[in-house]
Amino acid sequence: MKALSENRKAALLSILILVVGCLIWEASIPAQKAVGELTEYELLTGGGQPKAGVPPPSQVLVKAWEQLSNPFYDAGPNDKGIGIQIGYSIYRVLTGYLLAAAVAIPLGFLIGMSSVAYKALNPFIQVLRPISPLAWMPLALFVIQDSEMSAIFVIFICSIWPMLINTAFGVAGVREDWVNVARTHELGPFKTAFTVILPAAAPTIVTGMRISIGIAWLVIVAAEMLVGGTGIGYYVWNEWNNLDLTSVIFSILMIGVVGMLLDSLFGLLQRTVAYTE
Amino acid sequence: MAKPFLSIEQLTQRYPDGQGGEFTVFENASFGIEKGEFVCILGHSGCGKSTIMNILAGLAEPTSGVVKMDGQHVSGPSLDRGVVFQNYSLLPWLTALKNVTFGVSARFPAWSKEKVIEHSTAFLAKVGLTGDAIHRKPSQLSGGMRQRVSIARAFANEPKLLLLDEPFGALDALTRGTIQDELIKVWSDTDQTVFMITHDIDEAILLADRILLMTNGPMAQVAESVEITIPRPRNRTTIVEHPNYYAIRNHLVHFLGQRSEDLSGQPGDGVSRPETVRIDLTDAQESEEPEPAAPILRAVEG
Repeated sequence: MKALSENRKAALLSILILVVGCLIWEASIPAQKAVGELTEYELLTGGGQPKAGVPPPSQVLVKAWEQLSNPFYDAGPNDKGIGIQIGYSIYRVLTGYLLAAAVAIPLGFLIGMSSVAYKALNPFIQVLRPISPLAWMPLALFVIQDSEMSAIFVIFICSIWPMLINTAFGVAGVREDWVNVARTHELGPFKTAFTVILPAAAPTIVTGMRISIGIAWLVIVAAEMLVGGTGIGYYVWNEWNNLDLTSVIFSILMIGVVGMLLDSLFGLLQRTVAYTE
Repeated sequence: MAKPFLSIEQLTQRYPDGQGGEFTVFENASFGIEKGEFVCILGHSGCGKSTIMNILAGLAEPTSGVVKMDGQHVSGPSLDRGVVFQNYSLLPWLTALKNVTFGVSARFPAWSKEKVIEHSTAFLAKVGLTGDAIHRKPSQLSGGMRQRVSIARAFANEPKLLLLDEPFGALDALTRGTIQDELIKVWSDTDQTVFMITHDIDEAILLADRILLMTNGPMAQVAESVEITIPRPRNRTTIVEHPNYYAIRNHLVHFLGQRSEDLSGQPGDGVSRPETVRIDLTDAQESEEPEPAAPILRAVEG
């Protein structure tokens, strides 16, 4: 028999862990007794009241099938399909994120190329960077007066820092030799920026963008729990209020899957701009 | 006397020494290079060879002194002066061909894309890079191949002056030999004026028309200009048989081994043109036993 490749072994092991994990989870949840089987004593003490327990994976699977087979239904403000909720979240993340990129990358270039700009802006960056993005929320709500825009602002403010710092770092670290190549070829400042510095710093910049999108996706869930209305974060909190834990678990898994997809998208981008010296 | 094509006049470079004083790397360096000449500069580390090269390239500014090319004052980098750096300085995200077209399209912006590619491919072929290899990234090429690409990039730009900063310093001896041959081949095809830094005496004798010798730093000076009186085409294996070879080599070795140190540290008197040294033993030999072929040739011509 041919030996299995490393990847196949790993895939088999993953599936095994998943199946065993689900089985243990399923088995560890005590089944609810039917009302007819209760003794008189149990009925009197309320033992027959269905206790809210963590739902077993089988129920989550049923829920997932139900939700994913019709992801875009819209039955009023509190009953929308998972696809719509995720769509709202992605829209907010991408809007805030792209705005952040539009600010952070040019500014990062400036900081990376000029040590005066770096020294002047560094104190601001160091103070603003460690602020939890949600701490901006009250101020954003007050100033912007719009919950939707406030959520986007929070995404903007949390994703700007890794991109800004990585761009500045990448641009400042471009090898002197490559800049000299541009100089001896009489390239103008814009041509140098686009044909030499940008490709040279691209791997570092994209790494910053990848960190940012990860943070943005973490933050949107929390932000939506606060602002409410729509989005996957709101959905989780809404289902918690409904005590529908099956939906909560299902949406947690969806958050993970979407986050993974966003990350792998940037992983792909990272591979295309990578180079070896 | 007509000014040479490239003239370096009273070049001085000082740096602050970190203790409030100044450190003079070299002082009053003056020399000229004629069009089409291949000049090597030899000297110990720290004598400021690379600084001179950077000044010629326009990447650094001298403390005082001027560089004139074609009568024009040199300041700032220019496409007229191509540079081959020791560490190749290829852009690693571009293929070998794109690294060359990058330079060519900067040099000749009016050219069509096809013409740029054709010109670049031709120069890569001159240094022995053809076929699949030109579409590889520098990381997929050996050190020798990378330096070939770098040389092709510089020659393809057809600069008025080509500066080579220890181009073979990082290569093994065998690769170095083949690329030296390729360099000579490209050079003799193009009539390029070349100024090259090297540490290798044999390399300098093989390649150069003239070798400039620098004394040790600090306060280094260009002390001598040694003419290489060995006719071209030269060949790495037969050049050693030429009667002038060891005479010149011994002179160079002696200079670098002893005199560069003896002469160093002497403050410049302002007139420090290098002393021209010409070692030619062939004249003496020929006068003793004249070549019999010469008269016959004359008769045919007449």
